[in-house]
Amino acid sequence: MIQRQKQNNFNKELKDALLTALITFALTVLLFGVRTVQQPGKLGIETRWSWVILSVIAAFFGRLFFVFCTGLINNKGSYFQGVADNITKIGGTVKILTTVILVLTAILLPLLPFSDRYVIDIATLVLTYIMLGWGLNIVVGLAGLLDLGYVAFYAVGSYSFALLAHYHDLSFWVCLPFAGLFAAMFGVILGFPVLRLRGDYLAIVTLGFGEIIRVILLNWYQFTGGPDGISGIPRPAFFGLEFKRIPPEGTASFHTFFSIEYSSLHRIIFLYYLILLMAFITNLFVIRLRKLPIGRAWEALREDETACRSIGINPTNTKLTAFALGAMFAGFAGSFFASRQGFISPESFTFTESAIILAIVVLGGMGSQIGVVIASIVLIGATEFFRELEEFRMLVFGALMVAIMIWKPKGLISHRAPTVRLHT
Amino acid sequence: MEGEIVALIGSNGAGKSTLLMTICGNPHAKAGEILYNNRDITRLSTYEIIRSGISHAPEGRRIFPHMTVLENLQIGARDKECFNREVDRIFTLFPRLKERMHQQGGTMSGGEQQMLALARALISRPRLLLLDEPSLGLAPLLVKQIFKAIREINETEKISILLVEQNAYHALHLAHRGFVLVNGIITLTGTGEELLNNPEIRAAYLEGGR
Repeated sequence: MIQRQKQNNFNKELKDALLTALITFALTVLLFGVRTVQQPGKLGIETRWSWVILSVIAAFFGRLFFVFCTGLINNKGSYFQGVADNITKIGGTVKILTTVILVLTAILLPLLPFSDRYVIDIATLVLTYIMLGWGLNIVVGLAGLLDLGYVAFYAVGSYSFALLAHYHDLSFWVCLPFAGLFAAMFGVILGFPVLRLRGDYLAIVTLGFGEIIRVILLNWYQFTGGPDGISGIPRPAFFGLEFKRIPPEGTASFHTFFSIEYSSLHRIIFLYYLILLMAFITNLFVIRLRKLPIGRAWEALREDETACRSIGINPTNTKLTAFALGAMFAGFAGSFFASRQGFISPESFTFTESAIILAIVVLGGMGSQIGVVIASIVLIGATEFFRELEEFRMLVFGALMVAIMIWKPKGLISHRAPTVRLHT
Repeated sequence: MEGEIVALIGSNGAGKSTLLMTICGNPHAKAGEILYNNRDITRLSTYEIIRSGISHAPEGRRIFPHMTVLENLQIGARDKECFNREVDRIFTLFPRLKERMHQQGGTMSGGEQQMLALARALISRPRLLLLDEPSLGLAPLLVKQIFKAIREINETEKISILLVEQNAYHALHLAHRGFVLVNGIITLTGTGEELLNNPEIRAAYLEGGR
């Protein structure tokens, strides 16, 4: 009897794998199989059947292996699920330990032996995404408003700093609050018309908003420089000390002030600490907000808007503050980005960026702060790490996403910590 | 009217829940006016109405399922002082909730969820409590418990209650006055007792409905 059952299951698995192979064949027969090539005087066709056969075989065995491991068909309790559950069961002490290790690594990173310019650059990039993820976490994770145009606020922050610096010669530190303010203002501008919308409809409108901002930046040539972008954006200074090899007459530079040898690494490390500090502040802010009435109102709004109304929460204000505060942090991150790059153009603010930031929040586990960190490190860090693979890098990105969704369908950290404890 | 329990009964689709929702300004009334303490609240937005001392425990409980009992209560209380002041009162009223205070709302049983919905509406110390079908989907024993709690609230705290119910028998037993709503129009009024003994009501809402 059991023998028969096993036989049956195996047949099912085999069938499933065959179907997958068939789908793969249909997909690859034209994509991989034939290819147009330039021949002298005409366009020729080259066939690569070996590619098709290889991918079909790979799909067949890959699927078979996958089904075997996950028990997807037999429902005999997934192997991966078990692993994932064990990870979730990590207690409070382990969580604190992880946090401490992450924070210590982040602070000490530039001093570690393997840290060269490249590592610190990647770390800075990851931290930028962490900060953006934390900002978006307010809107998506806490308030439950699906925002597909978050990059618009990032762009507003970048451009407000770049333009203020370009036209009025203001420094990074003066512009930083303005960048946040402008972005928050745009958050409210977006927030007003979409107050009544929820779910999919909200997503479409925010997507459109993101594109509108990008297209305006692209086409307002006289003001924003259009596709040429803005270059020569000033770098941030360390308490008024700039990072230049030869400081202008009468001023001190970082290395002359501390009388150390000039190194271009100083600025890289300074930028790293700057974004680390900004990200920390964002994190503290969001953690604190979550425990305030407004934070709880956001979460209540995410759970049930009608119930929120019936216990006297003003949904208009609640949503607008979520949009404004989320946008503000994107604005800060944006002006950091502009300052680090020294050059910005609308190219940097495409929909893909929004999608990546959203992916970080969703994969990290909606509303989880540490989840955002891990997801950023995995998604951004790993794809940067595999940069040598060039265009296959995106395959890694996709594979990582799929892997996370199989292991942890609710995001890496799906546990929600309560915000009130009674002091008894 | 002050300190009374008023029951509103009627068949499905009579407009009972709609009436409660309209009192809360969600949706707004198209015609007529709603007076509360001699003040016109027809055009106020929902949260302003709630803050003027009316609490609404909507149909189907609608607690926040992923938030703990304490968090649910704190949202109902709106500010910290109110929460700290009132939380003990709530827990004496519903000792069951105290046992479960760190549990997620959605993981509790139906009766406990209904208690939580009541508690959430009560913690802001309303003068008027609008209850929409507190017995919905509960076992008879639990219905009794809930109604006992409602009576207690009314007697010890002098909160006026407007109760919408399918369960006419229990509701009329509890209520000082009752209204019967048919297709949006009030067809009968009287004290709870009168309505309970009214042969028409007996035929339409009580017999077989129990």
